[in-house]
Amino acid sequence: MSLRSATLLYNSAKALRAYQPVAVACKRYLSDTSFARGIFMGELREDELFPYPDVLSEEQKETVSMMMEAGHAFFQETNDAAANDANEAIPEDQLDQMRALGMYGLMVPEEYGGIALTNTMYAKFGELSGEYDLGIGIHTGAHQSIGYKGILLEGTEEQKAKYLPSLASGEVFACFCLTEPSSGSDASSIKTRAVLNEAGTHYVLNGSKIWISNGGIAEIFTVFAQTPVVDAKTGETKDKMTAFIVERSFGGVNHGPPEKKMGIKCSNTAEVYFENCEVPVDNVLGDIGGGFKVAMKILNNGRFGMGACLTGTMRMLITRAIDHANNRKQFVSNLREYQGIQQKIARMNLLCYANESMAYMLCGNMDKGAPEYQLEAAISKIFASQSAWDVCDETVQILGGAGFMKDVGIERWMRDLRIFRIFEGTNDILKLFIALNGVQDIGKKLKSAGTVGAMMGLMKSKFLPAAPLKTKVHSDLAPSVDMLRGDIAKFSVSVSEQVIKHKKKIIEQQVLLNRIADVAILLQSMGAVISRSNTAADKGDTSEITLANAWCADSHRRISVLLEEMASSDVSKIDLAILEVGRKALDANGYLAKSPVGV
Amino acid sequence: MSGLRVLVGCKRVIDYAVKIRVRPDSLGVVTDGVKHSMNPFDENAIEEAVRMKQKKIVKEIVVASCGPSQSQETIRTALAMGADRGIHVEVPAGTDADLQPLAVAKIFSKLVEKEKPDLVILGKQAIDDDANQTTQLLAGMLDWPQGTMASVVNAADGRLTITREIDGGLEDISVSLPAVISADLRLNEPRYATLPNIMKAKKKKIEKMTPENLGVDITPRLKILNVVDPPVRQAGEKVPDVSTLMEKLKEKGHL
Ligand SMILES: Cc1cc2nc3c(=O)[nH]c(=O)nc-3n(C[C@H](O)[C@H](O)[C@H](O)COP(=O)(O)OP(=O)(O)OC[C@H]3O[C@@H](n4cnc5c(N)ncnc54)[C@H](O)[C@@H]3O)c2cc1C
Repeated sequence: MSLRSATLLYNSAKALRAYQPVAVACKRYLSDTSFARGIFMGELREDELFPYPDVLSEEQKETVSMMMEAGHAFFQETNDAAANDANEAIPEDQLDQMRALGMYGLMVPEEYGGIALTNTMYAKFGELSGEYDLGIGIHTGAHQSIGYKGILLEGTEEQKAKYLPSLASGEVFACFCLTEPSSGSDASSIKTRAVLNEAGTHYVLNGSKIWISNGGIAEIFTVFAQTPVVDAKTGETKDKMTAFIVERSFGGVNHGPPEKKMGIKCSNTAEVYFENCEVPVDNVLGDIGGGFKVAMKILNNGRFGMGACLTGTMRMLITRAIDHANNRKQFVSNLREYQGIQQKIARMNLLCYANESMAYMLCGNMDKGAPEYQLEAAISKIFASQSAWDVCDETVQILGGAGFMKDVGIERWMRDLRIFRIFEGTNDILKLFIALNGVQDIGKKLKSAGTVGAMMGLMKSKFLPAAPLKTKVHSDLAPSVDMLRGDIAKFSVSVSEQVIKHKKKIIEQQVLLNRIADVAILLQSMGAVISRSNTAADKGDTSEITLANAWCADSHRRISVLLEEMASSDVSKIDLAILEVGRKALDANGYLAKSPVGV
Repeated sequence: MSGLRVLVGCKRVIDYAVKIRVRPDSLGVVTDGVKHSMNPFDENAIEEAVRMKQKKIVKEIVVASCGPSQSQETIRTALAMGADRGIHVEVPAGTDADLQPLAVAKIFSKLVEKEKPDLVILGKQAIDDDANQTTQLLAGMLDWPQGTMASVVNAADGRLTITREIDGGLEDISVSLPAVISADLRLNEPRYATLPNIMKAKKKKIEKMTPENLGVDITPRLKILNVVDPPVRQAGEKVPDVSTLMEKLKEKGHL
């Protein structure tokens, strides 16, 4: 079979469209400015990796440290996370203090009343809500990281001048309205509609949104709705998504009661309804019909914040766990002396290190104007939310029964953290996005190579680790660099083989796609810790090399297993057997086995 | 009363929450890699000046700090709290521990000559050396009235009424201007710098000078011979009853 037809058959653009919620923002050309995309191509893109971004000037560092001091003082002396959790609200007078402190306009330009932080500065400040109160983090994040981010990124000068000042001061709150009862991950299927009135002055908005953070307290809503758009080529009218800036004062905007939730309870979550809400045409945000892109751009742009925020959470949890391990005696000595505990503490540290390395590499590169970072952003979001969950889980385990007690204050973190794997794109969907994005890139490469033979030749040439790096890497990091080089080469070949094998149908192979994404995430993390520890070593601090090497060796081991599983027909059979169990249970509408005791 | 110009002092000290460690040479304490912040009493001093400015009694607040280059951060904090501009009298890193109240008072008297403030507010003491001397020395040098350990300051009719915390009670005094006052902890509750004010502080001016520029000799007059840790508290002992307790107390010569 000619590869051409194989890859045409496997029309990657179409495959990706199935996962539009996260995929559309992906550019349709091969980009060579992303380290993560390079992984799929079998390339270790050094220029994207080294040096680790160092984007803060001395003055900015001083500013951030003063901000952190102010923030610590606020969270220690004013905010009471346990009370916020119990009351499921933030006290009204505390909102005033947060306004005075300036927490609502962190990235708004000064001319609109904000304090114009860079991504990295914002990220660092965000560690505070991670350390003290994730509910506050969601309340402020829903406002500025997604609520009015669209105005910041896509707004016209008039829109910015009109809305940003009162949003930056926190006088009014914003929210981001995408999700609907029948439309979560599949965001492009929203039903809310906006139709231009006859006079052509207003869009009339109808529909309902659910689980909108700040939905019950916001004045300004970034709303996504279908609008009829005439296709220039065919002349056909089709519904396409458009983004709007909606003011509560337009009328026809209502909201439900605050939802009762598992965690982040002090952040308001509510349904929002639009009933013949008249939105002036000037309030279209971005292009008509370009709403999906706007939504993805906002989410993409905001994802870096989670990695940094949860670094704060993990660091705090690690301190709590270590404190307990160092002081609690069972059997002959303190817990700290037991390997089981040491291993958990090590793992927690490494997860935090890998997460922090990826998060700050991402926002550093964004600050440097990187044109292309959606894979990195997706990877960072998945890794942060999963590793924070794992770190919290182990903290509870190390604390034993105490970890389960409300007064000890860890259980709230467990509840608060759970949502991070779900919102802003579920980790599962984002993994599919990462894998399919890479698969698409490979598909294009296969197409341009012409024949399978040529392609495999191309790939095999990369099977052996590429030439030594141009960058001078600390000699102690050499083993990790070699693992990364080798694993990238093997991974790319392995994914290419799967693309050739499954063609278009690879999109249905979610078990495979998940493994592909897992490897890509690990490779990205290896790259980030190598870069970071190397740059630290260049500056005279070699202490992080131990962390980087431990993380890389462990990741390499896990990658080897995953790659073996991807290639093994035995494992494929096992996968099928397992999937069969799932399908049977789904068909049976329940658990498959009868009770062994016969009643 | 309005339009006063105030000079406020602030010192960079080891943060109050840090556990102090004595240097191996026993001639000082470890400062490297240790968190520093503004002397808490100086925060009170700045807060008072800012409140007076909010009440329109004060027109301009100049904040000055003598210390190593990092003292700029301390000045920045004061600017973020509301001071208008800063003066940094820089001394080489490492020598700041030897900067004694007499030298600081001389530096401030030169700054007063230069800035001609109506009022100088200092913290009553710095929490590192606990000297509690600079205000008094400075008032003497300038021949200005002093109101030390102020817990309330009221301005009216060109005078200040100051409530001082003294042994066993409070004392109200009235001073004419210009004057030097030192802030006690209960004077006010210092504000935290807000993020917008931190950003604004970046644009405020900090003038740099050295003791030599000002013609002040800062050679220390006192020599530190020995710095030791406070004695470690001895573990207590439980006694079964009152009579044993009395016995023990007698034994130790406490009764
Ligand atoms: C506290 C909270 C706050 C929120 N705040 C906001 C907000 O401010 N604005 C807003 O617009 N939304 C908000 N949301 C909604 C949130 O973004 C969605 O819950 C999320 O996108 C997932 O959608 P869903 O819940 O409908 O799950 P679904 O999309 O129904 O998914 C359910 C499960 O199925 C999986 N799944 C779905 N499709 C596939 C597939 N093709 N293959 C394999 N697995 C699949 C998912 O990964 C998930 O595990 C919030 C939600 C919560 C709980």
